Amino acid sequence: MFAKILIANRGEIACRVIRTARRLGVRTVAVYSDADAKALHVEMADEAVHIGASPVGESYLRGDKIVAAALATGAEAIHPGYGFLSENPDFVDQVVAAGLTFIGPSATSIRAMGLKDAAKRLMEKAGVPVVPGYHGEAQEIVLLASKAREIGYPVLIKARAGGGGKGMRRVEHPDDFSEALSGARREAKAAFGDDRVLVEKYVDKPRHIEVQVFGDNFGNAVHLFERDCSAQRRHQKVIEEAPAPGMTPALRKAMTEAAVKAAKAISYSGAGTIEFIVDASQGLKADRFWFMEMNTRLQVEHPVTEMVTGTDLVEWQLRVASGEKLPKTQSEITLSGHAFEARIYAEDAMKGFLPATGTLHHLAFPDSAPEGATMRIETGVRAGDAISPFYDPMIAKLVVHAKDRQAALDALGTALSRTEIAGSTVNTAFLAALAADTDFSAGDVDTGLIGRHQEALTTVAPPSGEIVAAAALAAAGAGALPPSDDPWSSLAGYAHFHTVARRTRLRHSEDDILARVSVRPDGRFEVALEAPYDSVNSHDLRAAPRVARWPGHVTVFEGAVGYSFLVPDPLARIDEAAAASGSLRAPMPGLVKLVRAAKGETVTKGQPLLILEAMKMEHTIAASHDGVIAEIASEGAQVTDGTVLVRFVEEAA
Amino acid sequence: MPTLTSQISPSSETFRANAERMRALVADIADKSASVERGGSDEARERHVSRGKLLPRERLAQLLDTGSPFLEIGQFAAWSMYGEEISSAGMIAGVGRVEGTEVMVVVNDATVKGGTYYPLTVKKHLRAQEIALQNNLPCIYLVDSGGANLPNQDEVFPDREHFGRIFYNQANMSAAGIPQIACVMGSCTAGGAYVPAMSDETIMVRNQATIFLGGPPLVKAATGEDVSAEDLGGADVHTRLSGVADHYALDDEHALAICRCIVKNLNRRKSVSLTLQKPTPPLHDARELYGIVPTDLRQPYDVREVIARVVDSSDFDEFKQNYGTTLVTGFAHLQGMPVGIVANNGVLFSESALKGAHFIELCCQRKIPLIFLQNITGFMVGRKYEAGGIAKDGAKLVMAVATARVPKVTMIIGGSFGAGNYGMCGRAYSPRFLWMWPNARISVMGGEQAATVLAVVKREGIERKGGEWSADEEAKFKKPILMKYEHEGHPLYSSARLWDDGIIDPAKTREVLALSLSAALNADIEETKFGVFRM
Repeated sequence: MFAKILIANRGEIACRVIRTARRLGVRTVAVYSDADAKALHVEMADEAVHIGASPVGESYLRGDKIVAAALATGAEAIHPGYGFLSENPDFVDQVVAAGLTFIGPSATSIRAMGLKDAAKRLMEKAGVPVVPGYHGEAQEIVLLASKAREIGYPVLIKARAGGGGKGMRRVEHPDDFSEALSGARREAKAAFGDDRVLVEKYVDKPRHIEVQVFGDNFGNAVHLFERDCSAQRRHQKVIEEAPAPGMTPALRKAMTEAAVKAAKAISYSGAGTIEFIVDASQGLKADRFWFMEMNTRLQVEHPVTEMVTGTDLVEWQLRVASGEKLPKTQSEITLSGHAFEARIYAEDAMKGFLPATGTLHHLAFPDSAPEGATMRIETGVRAGDAISPFYDPMIAKLVVHAKDRQAALDALGTALSRTEIAGSTVNTAFLAALAADTDFSAGDVDTGLIGRHQEALTTVAPPSGEIVAAAALAAAGAGALPPSDDPWSSLAGYAHFHTVARRTRLRHSEDDILARVSVRPDGRFEVALEAPYDSVNSHDLRAAPRVARWPGHVTVFEGAVGYSFLVPDPLARIDEAAAASGSLRAPMPGLVKLVRAAKGETVTKGQPLLILEAMKMEHTIAASHDGVIAEIASEGAQVTDGTVLVRFVEEAA
Repeated sequence: MPTLTSQISPSSETFRANAERMRALVADIADKSASVERGGSDEARERHVSRGKLLPRERLAQLLDTGSPFLEIGQFAAWSMYGEEISSAGMIAGVGRVEGTEVMVVVNDATVKGGTYYPLTVKKHLRAQEIALQNNLPCIYLVDSGGANLPNQDEVFPDREHFGRIFYNQANMSAAGIPQIACVMGSCTAGGAYVPAMSDETIMVRNQATIFLGGPPLVKAATGEDVSAEDLGGADVHTRLSGVADHYALDDEHALAICRCIVKNLNRRKSVSLTLQKPTPPLHDARELYGIVPTDLRQPYDVREVIARVVDSSDFDEFKQNYGTTLVTGFAHLQGMPVGIVANNGVLFSESALKGAHFIELCCQRKIPLIFLQNITGFMVGRKYEAGGIAKDGAKLVMAVATARVPKVTMIIGGSFGAGNYGMCGRAYSPRFLWMWPNARISVMGGEQAATVLAVVKREGIERKGGEWSADEEAKFKKPILMKYEHEGHPLYSSARLWDDGIIDPAKTREVLALSLSAALNADIEETKFGVFRM
């Protein structure tokens, strides 16, 4: 076993590798960019090396710097994680050339699988089923039509240079072929300047099922069963599971055998995944799956396999890379229970899954696994960490395992509803909606499921009066101080006879909300709201919904939904107040050297408005707040201190 | 046997009659409280709101922590004293919490006669400051006042306890390290200008607040200068040019947020030197107090029934239980805080007075705060008792009460008559707070006694001249005296004149005492040095 390894990655996978390495007594070296200087993986590793600026091209993709860091720290091997340099054969060559070990397959294996067409041909040769299709150079219509007939309808005509669905036609019947072909060619020509096409089998109800394989340097290769990753949106996996729902013994046998065959065909060493497309239109059939590609790395979703097989694939990677044999033979690898992984992302599902950024002011995962399940939270962030625009906005992977699919799915729903994240928009509500989707629950999934159900899956009910009231209470600072036995804490709301409500303002999406918070004689809080919310809600603070306060905001959690409210802070108007009476004055006597804004112009805070030359120095007078200029001094004017230089149009109070 | 057991029977006729009467009294006070809480007329309130201002009680709520108790004082100040209703003397005052710190808040109510200072307004302001000074509470003044009420200037301006004393107090509290914060949200003219000027930190609201010694009309008259109120003494002038104020606020909400921020930065910590316990509720329901207190003040009842509904777990460690039994003394905990309780259980005899003095000595020695439950007709009279030296024994109790430096809180739960008022820490003995139940009566002696004394004197005079005085005539003579005493002994009469800090719901006695005591604990408990006890 290695004494020390370097992890050429960041985030949750770096943390996950460090944990296993530590358990095996292997010391770890982290690498980090500027943005990650205080990241969790840096904190967890035994050593850390700064490798560059925040953009990946200047840090995590800099193989040279990473190899140098490994050499400098005395690491013997490099674990690439996933993404970044994990499937870059040139990097593998660099690592090997430096006398280090790459924890993963050989550069040759990576190259063999990296070129998709070549990989398919290789697999075909090895007897692995590939999607039937014609990829040839000849483009005569008669030839293409006969190939289509050979493949079997329905078929898909695709632009060879294609992408984005342009130049793509689905053909149901031979009679329609020629018309569809000319349409596809026209589009392909227009879009790519290349009208060549290929013809492939159209898979009616496609499922994405992949097989985890593992090889060692002694020619052994095993599989660790399959994962189903059909729950995707635009090729982005959302919830993965193992085993695949509805899997038949015959298909599993055929698929896993094909996968092991594929691995052996390229003498594969390390962790790899063979991805198949499966036609599920008539259930899972042993003759209706085809090779798509091989991923020559550890997959994001590897934990579900670990959960159902009781293995640690990172441990296997380290052992195999250090020259050991596979820890288990095929017959020793068994399947037990069912596991799900949900990828928690900073993204706005309601706005077309727009990636989000922000600081995770509040981050709380379930304290313990839901009953009857085991749970893993794979994350690389802590509360207070930021999701930056530089990297993948994944916050965590929530992995659960239980005795069967239903139990595991229930546990997933429960765990999601106990996950609290505030500070950035996250997809927990979407994940929970998917987990609760009727078709998904029934195991009736295919890669189009999310697209078909997108509206229902991404629609979140507006907050109830109860939620708004809870937010108002938190915004008003109810219970903000730690509870105490002092009567001034414990006798909340005491008044000789009548209490007065405290006004609290909130904002939720576009709505301004005015709430009146008071305390009833029984110590319960009462929150009066205006329409459309229920007019009055009473709350026992001890039984109140889960709430997180973070700068300028309050988030109330209900199930897996976090409703965030903006809490306007009157003190934030300090700039406006600083510009007493809405004007800017000369700080000292001087000459107006340059005027850079005009009367009537709308300016933003911090925008330079004019330059005052005084005491041989140039002073920039900048806008103290956003506003419209009512008056501005003229260039060349000699002013005394206190002269109004800029007056803003006063907003109606 | 520290736990008090209750002997009452909630199903008895008497209990129900008592309860019904007390409920009516409480409901009446609650109604009157609602009416004074509205402040000025609807018109005045609407005008106030239309200027973008928050109403005084809204300002108060916005200033205090959400859920903070508010221990209001002088709610009925000026009640039916000036012909027209000057609600709460045009000022809201009391103790509340801001950023976890107990503070004294004084809020002018501009909807009541422009927030001008009537004699009782001045007295209330001074009382609020006295509480702040005694209990080391930061003061927050939400200023919106036209200054002294000119028609009443002779009772407002010149004397020691008049307007000027407000600033004297501010100066001396500031000197004592008790923060003085002013938030000017309306006018603040002439002498009033010294409230913000004498404060440690001052906020002004733009287009609302003005501070000047002489307003625009006076300036015009004096110098002919034409100037607007805002240009003469608005927030901009005072925060930018004059330095009279420190913080420029855009509106009430902004100003109050700044005010809270100032309190947050005071760097104060309440350090309680008492040995506290985990608070536990009394074993008996406080609402039963309604049925326990007899409708007739002369009718005796065991004050332990009250104690059992006030103290933690109804636990009461009695001191000298078998001696001087008309005064009940003992130790208990109130919301976790140790207290010594002195409670009347009948007329005071020499023994009772001696026992009380002894007990107060114990509490001062041990620095345990004192709670007085006052229901006293007075000291025993008669030859035997005078000869027995009841005057000097009473004096011992008064000496002990007067010089005790531990926090004292008095609750008048029944009669408060004559020297009994002194011995039981009446207003003159500077309890930190003094509260009254709605059934209480306060006067130099009971109405009946006063009428009888006066009738006896009258009868002697008539009979000396050989005249005759029929029983009928005597009754007719006594009636107005009885009525006067009933009227002037009423808690509202007392509260209107600030002889007390407020009338409370007897069912909330525990809460009021606990809040009063806890507020008092903001000040360190001093050593007591008693004077000469006449032996």
